Amino acid sequence: MTNPTGRRVAIVAGCRTPFCKAGTDLKYVRAVDLARHAARELIERTNLNPRAVNEVIFGQVVASPLVPNVAREVSLLPQFPREIPAYTVNRACASSNQAVTAAHDQIAFGHADIILAGGVESLSDIPILASRRLTDILVTASKAKTLGARLATFARIRPRDLMPVSPAIAEPSTGESMGQSAEKMAKENHISREEQDRWALRSHQLAAQGTKDGRLTAEIAPWFPERAGGVVVTADNGIRTDTTLEQMAKLRPVFDRRYGTVTAGNSSPLTDGASAVLLMAEEVARALGYEPLAFVRSYAVAAVDPGWQLLQGPIWAVPIALERAGIQWKELGLIEMHEAFASQVLSNLQGFAAKGWEINEDIINVTGSSIAIGHPFGATGGRLVTTLANEMKRRDVQFGLISVCAQGGMASAVVLERR
Amino acid sequence: MAVFRWELKDGVAVVTLDTPGAPVNVISRVVKEEMYELLAELERDANVKAVAFFSGKPDNFIAGADIEEFVQLKSTADAEQLSRDGQALLDRVAASTKPTVAAIHGACLGGGLEFALACRYRIATDHPKTQIGLPEIQLGILPGAGGCQRLPRLIGARAALDMILAGKSERAAKAFKLGIVDELVPPAILPDIALAAARRLAQDPVPRRRRGGFLGTLLDGNPLGRLLVFRLAKRQVLAQTKGNYPAPLAALEAVRHGLSHGMKEGLQREAQLFGQLALTDVSRKLVQIFFATRELKKDPGAPGAPPPAEVHRLAVIGSGFMGAGIAGTAVVQAGIDVRLKDADLGRVAKGLLAARDIVNDRLTRRRITKFEHARLVASLSGSDQYTGFGGAELVIEAVFEELSVKQQVLRECEAVLPATAVFASNTSTIPIARIAEGSKRPEQVIGMHFFSPVARMPLLEVIPTAATAPQTVSTAVGFGRRLGKTVIVVKDAPGFWVNRILGPYMNEAAHLLLSGVRAEEIDAAMVQFGFPVGPITLLDEVGIDVAQHAGDVLQAAFGERLTPPAALAALVKDGRLGRKAGKGFYTYPNGKKGDVDASIYPLLGVQPNGGIPAAEIVQRLTYAMLNEAARAVAEGVVRTPRDGDIGAIYGFGFPPFRGGPLRYLDDLGSDRVFAEMQRLAERLGPRFTPSEAIVDHARSLVRFYP
Repeated sequence: MTNPTGRRVAIVAGCRTPFCKAGTDLKYVRAVDLARHAARELIERTNLNPRAVNEVIFGQVVASPLVPNVAREVSLLPQFPREIPAYTVNRACASSNQAVTAAHDQIAFGHADIILAGGVESLSDIPILASRRLTDILVTASKAKTLGARLATFARIRPRDLMPVSPAIAEPSTGESMGQSAEKMAKENHISREEQDRWALRSHQLAAQGTKDGRLTAEIAPWFPERAGGVVVTADNGIRTDTTLEQMAKLRPVFDRRYGTVTAGNSSPLTDGASAVLLMAEEVARALGYEPLAFVRSYAVAAVDPGWQLLQGPIWAVPIALERAGIQWKELGLIEMHEAFASQVLSNLQGFAAKGWEINEDIINVTGSSIAIGHPFGATGGRLVTTLANEMKRRDVQFGLISVCAQGGMASAVVLERR
Repeated sequence: MAVFRWELKDGVAVVTLDTPGAPVNVISRVVKEEMYELLAELERDANVKAVAFFSGKPDNFIAGADIEEFVQLKSTADAEQLSRDGQALLDRVAASTKPTVAAIHGACLGGGLEFALACRYRIATDHPKTQIGLPEIQLGILPGAGGCQRLPRLIGARAALDMILAGKSERAAKAFKLGIVDELVPPAILPDIALAAARRLAQDPVPRRRRGGFLGTLLDGNPLGRLLVFRLAKRQVLAQTKGNYPAPLAALEAVRHGLSHGMKEGLQREAQLFGQLALTDVSRKLVQIFFATRELKKDPGAPGAPPPAEVHRLAVIGSGFMGAGIAGTAVVQAGIDVRLKDADLGRVAKGLLAARDIVNDRLTRRRITKFEHARLVASLSGSDQYTGFGGAELVIEAVFEELSVKQQVLRECEAVLPATAVFASNTSTIPIARIAEGSKRPEQVIGMHFFSPVARMPLLEVIPTAATAPQTVSTAVGFGRRLGKTVIVVKDAPGFWVNRILGPYMNEAAHLLLSGVRAEEIDAAMVQFGFPVGPITLLDEVGIDVAQHAGDVLQAAFGERLTPPAALAALVKDGRLGRKAGKGFYTYPNGKKGDVDASIYPLLGVQPNGGIPAAEIVQRLTYAMLNEAARAVAEGVVRTPRDGDIGAIYGFGFPPFRGGPLRYLDDLGSDRVFAEMQRLAERLGPRFTPSEAIVDHARSLVRFYP
């Protein structure tokens, strides 16, 4: 994709917190603190002059009502000057892809030279809402002019109004949950339980390998305990180093107990974590002495009818991104695919194969992906960009692809180039 | 008029006090004279309905009375007169026929507060720079311009005594809570609100005051309650000062007298007591320390040194107690970004938590808001790698006290630091020049010796080597000051200054123990002498192993005269490392200091038998220190006796009212010290042989302070 200004955008570095299953090591940490931690560590590791940053863009899906624009809190880190504008984007599970591509656009257009992009999610700390009726009563009461009127309003509260409402991971338009969608895709695309379990096992084994050999831990900013007696978290805690196909097979399907194939084992877990990526105009990076890991070559987004196969969007987004990049599928040397569910990955691959594209598993998710590593919705895209760029450098691969499916039937695809 | 100017706004005379050419306002003779003229002029002017006083200085209202005039006082009578003059002036202010408002932004201290108290109404800004207090006690005197009378009448005896006796300044919010100021406002609206208040007072000249509440009535509002208040305060003062400081008792008396005999009598007694205090030796000493500290604040550390390099980011290596203390203090005091590095992440985590505790402490004591707290905590980060060092202007290492380790750390740092960065070592025992041997940039290597616990100890020793560049010195000194430390520059010699003179003192404490003196007797004698804690308690605090190591270093450098008695080793072997181990000379039940552990005596092989009087304990301990101090001064370890005295006072609490070891030596007289040391040497051995410096001083009767 040639952009109007001809400015190339470099991925200079990336960094993330460990990804931890919700309710575990990071359960008391607020999303904003995870985001700030990843961003600060990225500044430290790159020796970036914080004054040079023009914008901060973060992705987040379930924002805390107390911190609605998490990106601004990142740009208000004490390491930064107070004058860096910031905004938060939500493209569901592709939110930090969106943050990265938005950063790309601003740099390409010459509106910025250096942007810190990233994403965050804490599924340990999701907002629990008051019931619609209670909300209504509280709002009315806050507007009441006299004490009597206020008490009269409160008197309308019934016990059932006090039940809190927690947001579900379901499509507002269809009511179908993610898991049900994954189940539907497995059935309609005829993907067996064993195929799914094999893919999940592969994800765990490759992630375990990537952790052991340091490729994954290198991109992780250790999380230091905030209280005495806590442990330092240096790695993702959802990766099962020793699981087997037999153990996977024992798990019961969650979303369709009778005929289902989607289990907790072949799905990505609810996860807490944050990621950050440093992007610069190529000439700026070089002038400052940075050696870019890779460049953004192209990207594309697409959406399908959520009532169809909710997570099949990538088979629309990827061809557009490749076309914009002016390259063929077979020129890709590495592919990072987000794994919401094994059934989704295998459905996507099936869709790619149907286009006559050859599927070479050796270049796909070489250090595992979201099933093993975890999936903090807003943070996954930043992780994929970082992992792909680092691995492209290690293997000296010219073209790499990121493919992410997202809620709402959406998808995002990004092509990176090494030189 | 030279210091005052005024203009009329809506019937209010807006008066600005702005001493030409001075950074702050003080109440000097000129101010006093012009104040009379001004008041007369304003009272004559029918257009003036009320008066509002402002300062023309940024972030300073009135810093106090003119201390230069104070030090020139020659007699008690002169001093009493100075106090009476101040009182008369403020009586005149209080009696003004036009209502007066003090609009306070910035420091309002001492005579400045006494002036504000004489005004009818006070408004302060809620800015952190607005500090309100009566610090006179810290100079060995009392508030002598009516402060001992007006403050208790305004806020009650209890609160007034708290402020006067501690000499501590308070934030405006606290002053508002206490009732010292009538309103608290943001700086931007101070002029408007002050004018509005003045106009209001012109209509209705009696401002409404808040009442003291139930407890106030019970304690402050009646003679019986006050009797109790004074009795408690007196007991507390005596416990704290051991009778070494006369000023707090005098202030107590001035307040008491005024409350029971009325304002006029009170002012008289206040002036009388002020006069008595002003020329005391204690006050003179405290004033000298005040001046020395003030001079040091302006001292760049090296003659003609360029201004310090700006430090935005500090890197600290070694996340132990010292490293974490430096990191936490830097964040809290200087608000800068700190990167903490250690060999493994577990230690980094511990260090970050310890540093965070320093920040948490500020929150607990409500010195910062939870938002400031969050910001400061986010300034702290750590790693087991040298990441983040590339942006650091200063790195301080606090790793294990071993030369090879420190040299390696230096080499590793130089590989990642910007070429202009300063490398400082927080060693207490290793020569800085040795550490710098492996350096590519020895001109940027320096020592910064902090004292433990870093957050609380006020002294920093900065140690340049022969190769250190002047700007490296000024950077280290300037940064130390940003951490709120008093900084002295000392020579790169074993023990530097503080540990060098502390060594023989500690050794002598051990000799006393071994000759059968009880630990608590030694401590009590030195506390009575004026130290905050005695040497045995100090050993426990510092860590007996640490003290032993420091002692060994001094012995290695200076030989026999600084040989620590072997007995300490027995304690270390027994695991008695001091407070940190929960057992030392004292027991530490539940982490609090308890009694002396009697089982130390068998370990030391002695039977405590008493027999040495307190006076001799004091003499042996102090002379051991004075002797070494004189020698070190002669060797040029400190640049001036001033630095030496300040170092001893802030480094380990040498009694401030004695002015420091060198002034104390001057006061004792070197001839007397010489003679007595000779006798001690005959009796106790060559460690008491008077040093060359003392011999010289005694022979030619020179003094450290001519």
